[in-house]
Amino acid sequence: MFKTFIAGILLGIVAAVAGLHFIPLVDQFREQSMIVVHPNQGNTESFHVNVPMDRIMIGAPTQNNPLPPGLGWPVDEKFADTRAELFKIRNGKDTVVGVASRIAASHEDSVDIIEWVLHLPARGSAYVTMHPEPAEGGYRVGEMTWGTREFAALEGLVTEQWVADVSGSEDAPAGRIEITTAFVRQLADEE
Amino acid sequence: MKYLIALIVGMATGAAAFAMLLYYNPLVAQNKLSPLSVTDNELISLNYSAVAADSLVYTNDGNSQITPHPAKVLQLWERPIRKTNAMATVLKDSRNQTVGIGIKFSSDSESSNILNGEVIVDSVWHIYLPGRGSLFVEQQENFWGYLREIVIPAYWSSGDSWRGIWNGNTTSGPGAIGTATVIGGSGAFRGVRTEAVEALAAKAYSVDRGPVAISGEITIEVPRPEPEATPGP
Repeated sequence: MFKTFIAGILLGIVAAVAGLHFIPLVDQFREQSMIVVHPNQGNTESFHVNVPMDRIMIGAPTQNNPLPPGLGWPVDEKFADTRAELFKIRNGKDTVVGVASRIAASHEDSVDIIEWVLHLPARGSAYVTMHPEPAEGGYRVGEMTWGTREFAALEGLVTEQWVADVSGSEDAPAGRIEITTAFVRQLADEE
Repeated sequence: MKYLIALIVGMATGAAAFAMLLYYNPLVAQNKLSPLSVTDNELISLNYSAVAADSLVYTNDGNSQITPHPAKVLQLWERPIRKTNAMATVLKDSRNQTVGIGIKFSSDSESSNILNGEVIVDSVWHIYLPGRGSLFVEQQENFWGYLREIVIPAYWSSGDSWRGIWNGNTTSGPGAIGTATVIGGSGAFRGVRTEAVEALAAKAYSVDRGPVAISGEITIEVPRPEPEATPGP
């Protein structure tokens, strides 16, 4: 019986090691990516934010109705021209796939800033710096300055555009912010 | 029958012994010394409170131990973002002066491996320092030391809490020496690529509420401008 007990101890250790090795501690759920691949091996993907449903935070001075209710935005002159927002972002199927931050700021000591960080938990993050001046057609263009994990090997452009809802439906959002990415794989050093 | 009982008790003992070995494994030690402590370059220190109630906004799936703040903030309950939390906070310098706003997204990482003492969180910071510019910080954080020395002892404690002094770096990558990657986006930081380390200083933790008195610090190395090349004689 003692030999059986010792065998049980060894079996228990092996089972614990195998369990921790083969059963993933974290399994991030990934929605199917809605990517369009182009002949130049680049790809485009569209995300959007339904406003106001997907807006988590608007951090800006002098707000009559802060979002979320109870938000205590710092009363400091430094932030007088700063607007920080948090959103949920959706894919082309209108499914939430990530979260995003948008910071817009102008300051006498520095240039106008409009930036996005798109964070898709199962895929990675993209840091996007936009050109402050909108292009013709009402959209704004920017570049992916840095990408992590799935976005690390990519480079390209990102556009943002406000599209007002014209459906007239009662439960429709007021509009949506459309974010379109156009990425291509970075050229590797030839040597 | 008695052999079967001996086998089951033996397996439970083996699994428990292995769990204790993992927990007390001296080879998996928390890195308490910052890799940036030996640099000659300027360091920017950005401090924040890691207590959700002290942040501007903190949100998660709504079922986690830490309660979202403020109470009516939108929660991240959808399946693809359920293992993610988002925080917006005021950043202060080493003199406790407000210098900027930081937004942090943290997601549980699939690269976590308890066998190696790795409880990994993929996190990114979006930082804006008025008058200076903006930064993006990419990092993997290892919370095994935090779990082992604060969270688990809090659960074992009869008071369901932990009190003490604990300091540790949470940043474990992607830099080879355990540093985060920092990318400058605008202003004085435009085009800058450098490194950072995030550390936590904990004093109190509660099983019911999570962090009670814990502060965070992001230390960013600012590289010196390269001297202009001068023509040879």
